[in-house]
Amino acid sequence: MSMPFYVSPEQLMKDRADFARKGIARGRSLVAVQYADGVLFVTENPSQALHKVSEIYDRIAFAAVGRYNEFENLRIAGVRLADMRGYSYDRRDVTGRGLANAYAQTLGTIFSSGGEKPYEVEIFVAEVGDDSADDQIYRLTYEGRVGDEHGYAVMGGDAETVTSYLEEHYTEGASLDAALAVAVAALGHATEGGQTTDRVIPVGDLEVAVLDRSRSQPRKFARILPARLDALLGERGPSEPAPAESTSSTDDADSTDDDGDAPIAPPL
Amino acid sequence: MTEARIPAAYMQPGTSSFSDFLSEHAPDLLPARKSLPAGSLADLAPHGTTIVAATFPGGLVMAGDRRATMGNVIAQRDIEKVFPADEYSTVGIAGTAGLAVEMVRLFQVELEHYEKIEGSILSLDGKANRLSALIRANLGMAMQGLAVVPMFAGYDLDRGIGRIFGYDITGGRHEERHFFTVGSGSLFARGAMKKLYREDLTETECVTLTVQALYDAADDDSATGGPDLTRRIFPVVWVITAEGGRRISDDDVAAIADQVVAGRMQRPDGPNAPLLQGGDVQ
Repeated sequence: MSMPFYVSPEQLMKDRADFARKGIARGRSLVAVQYADGVLFVTENPSQALHKVSEIYDRIAFAAVGRYNEFENLRIAGVRLADMRGYSYDRRDVTGRGLANAYAQTLGTIFSSGGEKPYEVEIFVAEVGDDSADDQIYRLTYEGRVGDEHGYAVMGGDAETVTSYLEEHYTEGASLDAALAVAVAALGHATEGGQTTDRVIPVGDLEVAVLDRSRSQPRKFARILPARLDALLGERGPSEPAPAESTSSTDDADSTDDDGDAPIAPPL
Repeated sequence: MTEARIPAAYMQPGTSSFSDFLSEHAPDLLPARKSLPAGSLADLAPHGTTIVAATFPGGLVMAGDRRATMGNVIAQRDIEKVFPADEYSTVGIAGTAGLAVEMVRLFQVELEHYEKIEGSILSLDGKANRLSALIRANLGMAMQGLAVVPMFAGYDLDRGIGRIFGYDITGGRHEERHFFTVGSGSLFARGAMKKLYREDLTETECVTLTVQALYDAADDDSATGGPDLTRRIFPVVWVITAEGGRRISDDDVAAIADQVVAGRMQRPDGPNAPLLQGGDVQ
């Protein structure tokens, strides 16, 4: 009979956190930016069918990076929770805070339970209010931590570089095209060995959506499709697709094969 | 172990239908899932009455009167019985008002839920079929006097035309080409529409047509409310075109209703239709 090795709880949690963090950093970054009329989401995602940003309810949107199958499950659960609550009470009773709490509990339980692989996802839940002071962006991490973000927020990929770019260039209350230009430029910004490079991301590789309080319909979520995106971004010079080695931006199915780092079972 | 996490059922991939999800995990929330003692409840709950709809080139109009009755009593003067189902379709209801409004709410969530989960809009026929299923689930209560008979209409984005669907209490549905009416005053409204309808109506003419038809329904059916000139309560009118649906403002409906009433002051039975040849029959 084999004796299990003793692993200290600190080490166990650290291993699980490292595992999740590595999975999340493998994909591309996603940016959420507050602008004059609401919240803007931008990410580099060549797939037109597999979305990273989607609608949950009238004023609530969901954005995620990491493993597609895991955050897709969370997204569907969010839609069902929101529709169930809105149907049994009233549409106004569905709030971003309630949803963020449910996600936090779920991710936290999964992360600290011994039997389940920690989710390799990071999530934004955003809600627009009647004016920009009421807008909310919640960040949820793989271990179930919830944070309240203001102005802009970045997750996945090389989040630090993108954040530092936004720190310098973000302005409050910008118009949609100005906010979009900054967000797209931030995603194209990269640092390598002290050298910074700026890449122009092709329009077709961008996934852009807004929660726009100025929409007349009760549902404030809208995708910005390439035709409109082209007009909003204007002339940006020759574009350059993402470097080939990390284009798996929906991240998942193939990433365990081409990346020796990803363990098949979680480190326990 | 008790957990605060989202229940496993919510996380399971599978159905994109909200009502299927409800029937598995919260059946008490379904409007039709009640077992009632024997007997008729027909006179105990308010009933909504007449709904009319007609197509015009490029879209359709649906309108409903504002009266709810309970036996011989007027239960409500300003009830709304025509609702947007989603951006490109609308649903009007006749029958037991409480159940019908709840059924419409479920239908609205059903369509939106599918759209959000699947990332695409249901086809117009798909929407009409889902409504059939909801009505069929209510059959038991319909037999005890709590019938709900809706009418569904929408703009078919694939074919570029407005389409109207009528239903019976068993969920049977049929498509109507030009116009349709449901509810207690529907026979009189249909008669009026038969005489007034033309295929080349403009949007405003089509709205006028539905207001005329509702006037005729109210003229001969005590459960249908006509234009309420003293309280300024007028029919609810929705127009659906390729740009989506919108409710005609109360002021615009009032202006049309005032014209209709002015015409009826001259000729109480409404406009004359030609004896032998209609407007567009050559």
